[in-house]
Parts: sequence; C-alpha cells; structure tokens
Amino acid sequence: MGSTQANETISNSRVEFIKSIPEYQELVKRRNSFGNKLAILMLVIYYSFILVIAFDKELFGIPLSEGTTTTVGIVVGVCIIVVTFVLTGVYTFRANKEYDDLNNKIKEKVAKEESK
Amino acid sequence: MKKILALMALLATALFADESRDMNVAAIVMFMIFVVATLGITYWAASRTKTAKDFYTAGGGITGFQNGLAIAGDYMSAASFLGISGLVYMKGYDGLIYSIGFLVGWPIVLFMIAEQLRNLGKYTFSDVASYRLGQKEIRSLAATGSLVVVALYLIAQMVGAGQLIKVLFGLEYEYAVVIVGILMMLYVTFGGMLATTWVQIIKAVLLLSGASFMALAVLAYCDFSFESMFVQAVETRDISIMSPGGLVSNPIEAISLGMALMFGTAGLPHILMRFFTVADAKEARKSVFVATGFIGYFYILTFIIGFGAIVLLAKHPEYFSDGALIGGSNMAAIHLAQAVGGDLFLGFISAVAFATILAVVSGLTLAGASAVSHDLYVNVIAKGKVNEKQEMRVSKMATIGLGILAILLGIAFEKQNVAFMVGLAFAIAASVNFPVLFLSIFWSKLTTRGALIGGGVGLLVAVVLVVLGPTVWVDTLKNAEPIVNVKYPAIYSIPLAFIAIWFFSITDKSARSKIDHSGFDAQNIRCQTGIGADGAVSH
Repeated sequence: MGSTQANETISNSRVEFIKSIPEYQELVKRRNSFGNKLAILMLVIYYSFILVIAFDKELFGIPLSEGTTTTVGIVVGVCIIVVTFVLTGVYTFRANKEYDDLNNKIKEKVAKEESK
Repeated sequence: MKKILALMALLATALFADESRDMNVAAIVMFMIFVVATLGITYWAASRTKTAKDFYTAGGGITGFQNGLAIAGDYMSAASFLGISGLVYMKGYDGLIYSIGFLVGWPIVLFMIAEQLRNLGKYTFSDVASYRLGQKEIRSLAATGSLVVVALYLIAQMVGAGQLIKVLFGLEYEYAVVIVGILMMLYVTFGGMLATTWVQIIKAVLLLSGASFMALAVLAYCDFSFESMFVQAVETRDISIMSPGGLVSNPIEAISLGMALMFGTAGLPHILMRFFTVADAKEARKSVFVATGFIGYFYILTFIIGFGAIVLLAKHPEYFSDGALIGGSNMAAIHLAQAVGGDLFLGFISAVAFATILAVVSGLTLAGASAVSHDLYVNVIAKGKVNEKQEMRVSKMATIGLGILAILLGIAFEKQNVAFMVGLAFAIAASVNFPVLFLSIFWSKLTTRGALIGGGVGLLVAVVLVVLGPTVWVDTLKNAEPIVNVKYPAIYSIPLAFIAIWFFSITDKSARSKIDHSGFDAQNIRCQTGIGADGAVSH
C-alpha cells in the first residue's frame, strides 16, 4: 500500500454490481430513512425545549402539581436526557441486527461474484 | 506496597512543600498512585505500540463498551464536572440547559456520522472528509480546523489545570502546568492511543464512582426525595433556581448556543478519532450508545451535586469568606466532597480532578499530533511517499512539540480569561469540521473548491464574530462596547458555511470537480457496507 491513503479504488464494474444488489438498495434506503427520522425527532425535541426557554420561560417554572417545588422544567429536562439515551439504544439495537444482516448478505454476494 | 506508599508520601511532601498554602497529603498520595498506575499502563502499551495503526488507533482493537467509556471520559472533563456542578450551584436550572445541549449532540453523531466514519476513515476525520476530494486542499483545511480546536481546548484545559491544582494541592501554577504537560507527553509518545484510551477509561470509572457517591450522599441527606432536596434548596436561595433564568437572554442566543453545542460535538477531532479505535460499524454504534448513557448519567449526577451543594454548603460557614464561596462557584463540588466524605474523600475527588485533566489533554494532544503527522506531513507535504517508521517519528515529534507548546501557552495565559475558548472551539468545530465532514459523506455534488471555500468561510465568520463580540472584545480585551453584539456565533457561521459550500460546489466546473463527483458512488458503497474498510479487511 505504501501511502497511508485509505481509498483504494473500487473498480467501476464492482461499483455497478454492488449498486444492483437488492439488499444494498434496501440497506441504503432503510439506514437513511431510519437515521433521518430519528435525527429529526431529536432535533424537534431539543429545539422545542430551547424555544420554550427562548420564548416562554415561565412555562418551565410551573409546579409539577399543586404545591410541589419540583417544576415542569426539571421533569422535562431529565426526560430529555433519558429520551436521548433511549433513542441511541433504539437505533443501535435495530441497526446492529437489521443492517448487519443485510450487510452480510451483500458481502456474500460480492464474494460469490468475485470468485466466479 | 506499604513501603512504596510511605516513600511516595515522603517524596510528595518534599516535592510539594510550599509554606504559603495548605498541602493536601491524601490528595497527593492518591494522585501519585494514579500516576504510577497509568505509567505502568503506558509501559505495557508501549510494548504493543509498534505500527502507525497502533499509535493512532490502538490497532483498532478497542471494544465498543471500552470505547464508549473512553468517549464519555473525553467529554467528562474537569471543566464539565466542576463547571456544570458550579453552574447548577450558582443558577440552578440553567446548568441543566448546558448539560442537555452537550448531550443531544450524541444521537446526531450516531444517526449521521459514527458508522460512516468507521467505514470510511483510517486514522483521522480528514481521511473521511478528503476521501474523494483533493487531498492537499481538504486535508490542509481539516487539519487546520483540528489544530485550532485542539489548541483552544488545550489552552483552556491547561489554564484550568494550573488554577485548580494550585487550589487543591497547594502547588505553584507553573509546576502544575509543567507536570501535566510532561505526564501527557509520556503517555502519548510511548503509549499512543492504547495508553491514552486506558488512562481515559480508568479516570472515567473513578470520576463516575466519586460523583455517584456524592449524589447518593446528597440524596440520603434529603431522605431520598428529590422534592425534599428542591424544597431545602429553595429555602436556602429562592424559587428562581427552579426554572430557566438569565443564562440565555434572548431567543437568538438560545438557538445559537444550542446549535454550537449540538453540531460542535460532531466536529471535535479528539472525539471523532475514537471511532477508528473499534473494529467495525457495529462496535462504533455500541460506543455511542454506551457513551450517551454514561454522559447522561453523569449530567444527572452533576445536577444533583449542584443542588446538594446549595443545600449542604449553606450549613458550613467555613467554606465561605465574605459571603462568597472560597475559590468561586467552580469549587462547589470540591467543597461538597469534603462536606459529605471528609478529608480522605476530598483527597480522592481532588486526585480524580487532576487525573481528569491529564486524560483529556492526552486525548487532545494525540488528535493534534495526528493532524500534524498523518494529514499535514504524510499526505500534504510528502504526498503519501513516507514509510511507516518516518510517520511514527513525526507523530512523536509532533506530540512533544504540542506538549511544549501547551505548557508555554498554559503559562502565558495564566492571568487571562479563557472561559470563551471552549465555546469558540465548539463553534469552530460546528462551523468548519462538521459541515465539510457531513457533506463529504452525504452530498455527491460536493467539490474540493466548495468544501475549501465554505470551510474557510465558517472558520472566518466564527472567529471574527467571537473576537468582535462581547466575550473577547469586552470581557477579555476590556473594550466598553462590542463591535458586533453576538455572544454565540453558530447561528450565523454554520448556515453561512453550508451556503458557501453549496454555492461554490454547484458553480464549480473545474476538471477536479468531475473527479470529486465520480468518486461518490464508490465512497458511498464503502460508507454503507464497510467493504474495503480498513478495520474490516486487515488481519
């Protein structure tokens, strides 16, 4: 290899072959849509929180229930921390199963094609 | 063993003798044990650090769980432990806003770049950003982004280290900075990423244990009732600590700070580098999951510690002089450690705080050294025509160079206000590194010219706005009025960087742009499947 450059070029015919594998198309579609959905969900949650702080701080100062000192804001804040963790868990477990199954199928097909 | 400890205590007393301040013997002995243990690990790691891959990425043999702990360790700096618990102590709820901002960057890293980085890169995130683009241009840009972020972060850490150690150990500022610098050079030069990772893991475990004990002690004091803790805190202060206060004073600032924290995380070179230490995409995902869990848990602990300090420190007048907390609000967690655990536990937390700084600066230095050696020296100056031995030598020289620079800058900035530097580092990471990295992975029409100009625009806008804004122009340079009244630049610099990258890419008709476009399919296949990725094929 000589250089430390990482990108050995994949030949054009190989690129076209892999792109034509149904599992590859499925993997790209699923990963992009699932990743994007969760990312948008996270952005919506976080910026809703920030926008409340920016425009209506008092909302977070409301007591959780009559007479408590604990406020809505504290509960919302802690929930966001927990949800953040849960979302990374959801993604990780689904990806580690589904994506890797698809990926192994792709690799098998590529290996078969190459041994021809 | 007893003899060694006694000897170390003696040595410590001789070394740290300083009549002007109280010496904290327990802290010094515990810190010495940490140093001896980590140097032992470095010795072990050195015997396993033979190749460039070992040096930069610990040979790719770190597990997802270990890497997650190390990432959490990188993130749980002394600044975030003492700073955020201090902020909660001072302002209550506002501390939580910061914590959440720091945390929510992690899901974005996971959903958008973690496995992509693992599949495409080798040693640095520049490998990924420059994958199909002009090597010279994009590596220079990414290395500049990395080095600026590392330098700012290092200065902030070194100055914080000197001041903290001065208070905790009764050691002169300059000695503290020199000790941190030398230990970090030893870890990184001899032990590379393997030693750096294990130092980080050990420290993360120590810090999490110490903070857990403190939070438990606080909760026990409040009969394990959060409501009771909040009631007592409000009795000591007032109700304002239970809701957002003046930390972010207007909507633009709130959104801008949020953007810098969220996207900055996805552009920090020392964090991104950690994704190359695991074997494959699966372990990369696991690392983020584990890291997010520990970091989230840690922020909940700092919140409890901050409120605990409000409740408990008020009952200890000895921690105050003239009504103010001794050492400032950043010392809230330290005083609380003594209040709940006595001198021995205070010593433990002090030693952990010292260890934390050491671990974080080591990670930063390694990231900086790889930008110098792997990106600038090997791929820009020598155009890849370098053997591994030379690359290793340059990276070690770069480590020592950065270590000396960090010591000198740490001493030079002793009396300066460096609070803005971490914020600026996040803003630059979010406005330069993140847009270039993100678009290089996902946008097929990105060209070398677009990335170079857009990244430059992001850097320029972020730096200029911070220098002319209230944090530097007024607070640091002591001018009366800021030239531009922008406290957090990210809301301007991130979109401008993206727009500039887009515009200068779509209008790019050069021959280079054809190469940039044509490389995308092959890049995307490797990005999606890991076929051809470094960790997956090497044996």
